[in-house]
Parts: sequence; structure tokens; C-alpha cells
Amino acid sequence: MKKILIIGATSAIAENAARIWAKAGCSLFLVARSQERLDVISTDLIVRGAVGVDQFCMDLTQFDQQDAMLNAAYAFLGEIDVALIAHGTLSNQAACESSPQLTLQEISVNALSVISLLTLLANRFEEQKSGMIAVISSVAGDRGRQSNYVYGSAKAMVSAFTSGLRQRLAKSNVRVLTIKPGFVDTPMTKEFAKGPLWAKPQVVASQIVQACNSKGGILYAPRFWWAIMAIIKLIPETIFIKLKL
Amino acid sequence: MKIQGWGRYPSVEAEVFTPSFDFQSKGFIKKRVLIPRGLGRSYGDSSLSSIILETSSMDHFISFNHKAGIISCQAGVSIHEILDLVVPKAWFVPVTPGSSYVTVGGAIASDVHGKNHHIGGSFSQHVISFELLLGNGEKVTVTPSGMPDLFRATCGGMGLTGVILSATFQLIPIQSSFINQTTMRANSLEEVCELFEANALGTYSVAWIDCLAKGRQMGRSLLTLGEHSINGCLELGRQPKKSLPIDMPTWVLNPYSIKAFNFFYFHKSILSVQKTDLPYRPYFYPLDAINNWNRLYGKNGFIQYQFVVPKTVGVKGLKRILDVISKSNKGSFLAVLKVFGKGNENYLSFPIEGYSLALDFKMESGIVELVKRLDSMVLEMGGRVYLTKDALMSEQMFKSTYPQWQIFEEVRAKYGAIGRFASNQSRRLGLQ
Repeated sequence: MKKILIIGATSAIAENAARIWAKAGCSLFLVARSQERLDVISTDLIVRGAVGVDQFCMDLTQFDQQDAMLNAAYAFLGEIDVALIAHGTLSNQAACESSPQLTLQEISVNALSVISLLTLLANRFEEQKSGMIAVISSVAGDRGRQSNYVYGSAKAMVSAFTSGLRQRLAKSNVRVLTIKPGFVDTPMTKEFAKGPLWAKPQVVASQIVQACNSKGGILYAPRFWWAIMAIIKLIPETIFIKLKL
Repeated sequence: MKIQGWGRYPSVEAEVFTPSFDFQSKGFIKKRVLIPRGLGRSYGDSSLSSIILETSSMDHFISFNHKAGIISCQAGVSIHEILDLVVPKAWFVPVTPGSSYVTVGGAIASDVHGKNHHIGGSFSQHVISFELLLGNGEKVTVTPSGMPDLFRATCGGMGLTGVILSATFQLIPIQSSFINQTTMRANSLEEVCELFEANALGTYSVAWIDCLAKGRQMGRSLLTLGEHSINGCLELGRQPKKSLPIDMPTWVLNPYSIKAFNFFYFHKSILSVQKTDLPYRPYFYPLDAINNWNRLYGKNGFIQYQFVVPKTVGVKGLKRILDVISKSNKGSFLAVLKVFGKGNENYLSFPIEGYSLALDFKMESGIVELVKRLDSMVLEMGGRVYLTKDALMSEQMFKSTYPQWQIFEEVRAKYGAIGRFASNQSRRLGLQ
């Protein structure tokens, strides 16, 4: 029976991962902004087989509350086998371009709150000498593109930070997984027209749960995004600036 | 975006809202005329309108009492997910249609029936209560005895009384996830109807009819009976998934290819009686194994036509209709024949005691006329057509075959549904 901490537990990918863990009889500690959603999900996960579910309602950008939240999580779970960090917002690129304030706010939610949390979590896991820290970054972080570089640069920071953390924590037997989903059909991407590259959150979630049992590293979900991003990263800058990506 | 029913005919350009669990809809409901929709498994236009409220994100369980077999869940939970949860605990849904990809809300709104209708009735007969969001934004808990009029209007009411938010219903106990299946061959319509009668005490029964067979062979069929097995495990078993990724070219299905298929299907069982144990999924949901099987009929879509004629009309009446179908050469692979038990008190629930036949017509020229002709025969025999599959019925046909439609409208008016909930189907059928 695993003990699982999920940050951003109401996101579609995180919720679907939680359902898989619940079915396997895990204990879960859920963190999200909406109390009402947390209640509905907690009840659902218990019915699906979770051994125990507790919750903590907070806005992750309230950095000074993060430690209290982790104390509560450890008090409930004892120790943590998997911590999945899944919270975030999809920035409105056009709106960010005309507002430094909004841009910084998006960076704060998608990068700084994650970095702050990872800093606290890393020390606790280092002491614990076991477990998996899985963080949802994005393919958007692999190369900044005009269509969403605010979101992309925040995710780039998360990817780089987790890469370093992976090296540091390997010595302590703690695994770090950087998850890079491609297009996922969730409420966050409701406004987009969907094509063949889009994946269901259930599919991405099951790949994440599987990868949480592995050695860690980088997970493109679905995996074919590795190839797409490899090509995008290889495009010379002189050509790249002319593209409409 | 373009939205279709499962039959992919007709289509509508619609705005789709997908509220999730924090559904704060009071203002939302009051501002718009909409129709709720689950997984879009109704065939025609009953879940089509210019504003659609999709419930597929309202997919959370609320409680499951392992001892009493009572389950509560939000309206967007599918029968598929319920079975995944309850079968390992030795429970099963009391009534299931031929696809597990229907939501609980949809099962209530269509008051679905299954292969055990002659014993178990329709889905609503096992519903203990449900929560309904009315047109004025108010939430009410509806039970069969507490609010009988709203219960009878909502069950089978095609989403026209409000949005079903959650439901509680009774499951049935099982000892195994396997079904003990007996297949019998019948060489005529009389023979298969006699076999239905002779096996009336069995739990599940349904027959596949070759509706292209003419003359003496008309009505040749395979009757399959099923019982929940007492042997075997409670495991779910794997169901490999195949997909039909593209539309089949429309010429693939023609009278010759269908005849050949039916010939082989009918003759594949060599013995006249065959017994096997098989997992519940291939027994109840053979087509669920193929994603998007509805693409089989090509881009123009298809009509699934399901009617019931009263028992008093008997085999003779059924034969007259089957004769028209087989002579049209337009019938699909196989038609599904089921003998219904007694109907219930819901105002628009489809089943009445009698013979029900369901079959597909690929949408092409001549189909509308054929369906009109069949409609008039069904009307004359005192039967009716299933609203969940209908895309073409006339207002006059609806109002004469569903005589309680006026009470239905009165209840809708009483609970503020008029001017709030409407589908392309309800407008076609002359409901307000």
C-alpha cells in the first residue's frame, strides 16, 4: 500500500492518476484550491478503493503555507512514497504580452510555487532516503515558442530544476521524474480544437503512474512527443524564427 | 462545434458546456434553453440542440454499500465504470442496455431496458432516488413515492424535465463475472417466438434475426439465453480494444456483403443448441470492443430503428413488418428481437408488453420513406418507436403512440421545465 501526496489534485491528469492509485488501495493526501472539489474527489476515491484520503485546501502561491501543508501530509501519511506535483494554469499568451503583472503571476503559479515546494520536499525526501518526486512540466518547456512562451518558460524552469534535483537526490535513493505531457484533452485546454495529437487524461495518467514505479528521469506522455520535440529542438534558430509554431 | 448522436444522423452545430463537479448552474440554467447529454449514445437527435450540457465530467462516485448492493454516483458515471467497481464485489447492474458506455443520467432519461426486461423491467424500476436540477435552478431529490409525478416524467423523459445530477440505485447479487450462455437456432419467426415463451423464466434472452432472409426462411434466428454463472471468478477479464479509425467507405455495406455476413453468422453455430461460459463483457457488450463501430456505416450515418408491437398483434404483425424490411433489401446485418414483459408507469418509457425489434439502416436514399412506411404499420398495430433511437418520427405518430404525453407536458410545466429544456427531437415531436 503506497502513500501518495498529490499537489493540484483537482487537475484532470492528477485526478485520473489518483483513481488508479485508489483502485490499488493506496492512501492519498490531496492538495488543491477548491474545498468543494476536494470533497467530491475524496469521497469518489474512497469508493474506488483508497484506504485513506485526507485533504488540504490552499493556494500554492501562498508560499508561507507550504510547510504547514507538508507537515499535515506527513502527519497523515507517515512517510511519502510518491509526491506528484500537478498544479498549474495555462497562461493566456496574448493577455500576458500586454501585462507584466499577469506574466509574473503566471510564472509564479507555474514555476515559483513549484520550485518553492520542491525545495521543501527535497529536504524531507533526502532525510527519508526513499520515494519518488514526480513533477508535471510540459513539452512547452523544451523550446520557447511565440504561441505560449510565458507558460513554456515557466515549465522550462521546472524542467531544469528537476533535472538538477534528480542528480542531487540520486545519492539519497530518491527518484525524480520530470513529466512532459503533450496536448491533453482536459478542462484546461477546453478552448482548443482537438486533432490526432491529443491524448485523453486517462492515458497520460496511467503512463505517469507506471513511470512512478520506475527509476525516474524524463517522461514524455504520450511517448511520441519525444520525437516531435527532438525535431523542434533541432530546428536552426534562423529557420525557427520564421515558423508559426 | 458539430455534434451528432451515435447514429451520426442528423448533425447539429452546437455550443457544448462541460460543467464538472462544482456545477454552480443556477444562473446558467435560467439563461439558456438546453439539453443534457451524457456519452452521446442515443442514436438520433434526442441529445442534440444548439446548447448542450455535457455531463461526462460529473463522473464521481458518492457511495457504495457492499453489503446491501446500493450505489450512489453522479449522473456522468458510466455503466462501464460501475461494473469495474462492483463486479469484483459480487454485484451487477440490475438492467443494462447493449452498450456499457452509457451514463447513469442517460440510463434514467432513456429508461433503458435490456435482455432481462421480461423479468427486471426497465432501469428506473431499480432507482431508489435521484437529484434533479430544475429549470428554476433549484435542486430536488426525487423518489418514486416522494415525487411520483416528477419521477415518472423524468424516467424515460429524455432529459426534458431537468438535469439529473446524481442517482442511487439497487444492484443485483452475482456469484461470478461469467455468463452461462445457451444459443439456440430457430428456422422461422414462429419458432423463435415459441422458444422465447418456453424460456420465459430465464434471466436474459435475446434473438438475432437475419432480416434479409425471405419466404420460408424469414425470421431465421439465433436465440441466446444467459444466466449469471455460479462458477468462475469475479475478475473483470481483459477486453482487447479495437478501433475503427476512419469512416468505412459507404459502398462496403451493400445487400450482397450483408447477406454473406448473415449467412455465415447464422451457420457458424452448427449445433442447434450450444452452451458456453463467457465473461460478461463479450456477452452483454460485443460492440463495445470496437471503438467507434458507428463509423461502419460511412459518413452519412445510419438510423437505428427500434419498435415494439403489442403481444396481441402477435407473430403475424411482426411478420408483416419484417416482410417489408426484407423486401426493401435495406436492412442491416442483423436485427435484434426481444420479448418485453409488462411496461411501467412512466409517461414516456418505451417498453410495452410485446415484441420489440431493433435494426440499423444505413442512411441513403429511400430510408426516410421506408421508415415512414414502417412507422405507419407500427402505429396501426398499436406499437411505438423508441425515442432514444428515433430521428425521424412525426409529431402525430409520437402523440398517438405515447398517449401520456399530455401528462408529461403538465408535469414539465409544473416544475418549470418548459422553455428551459428542449432538444431537436422534442421540437420535432411538438413538445413545448
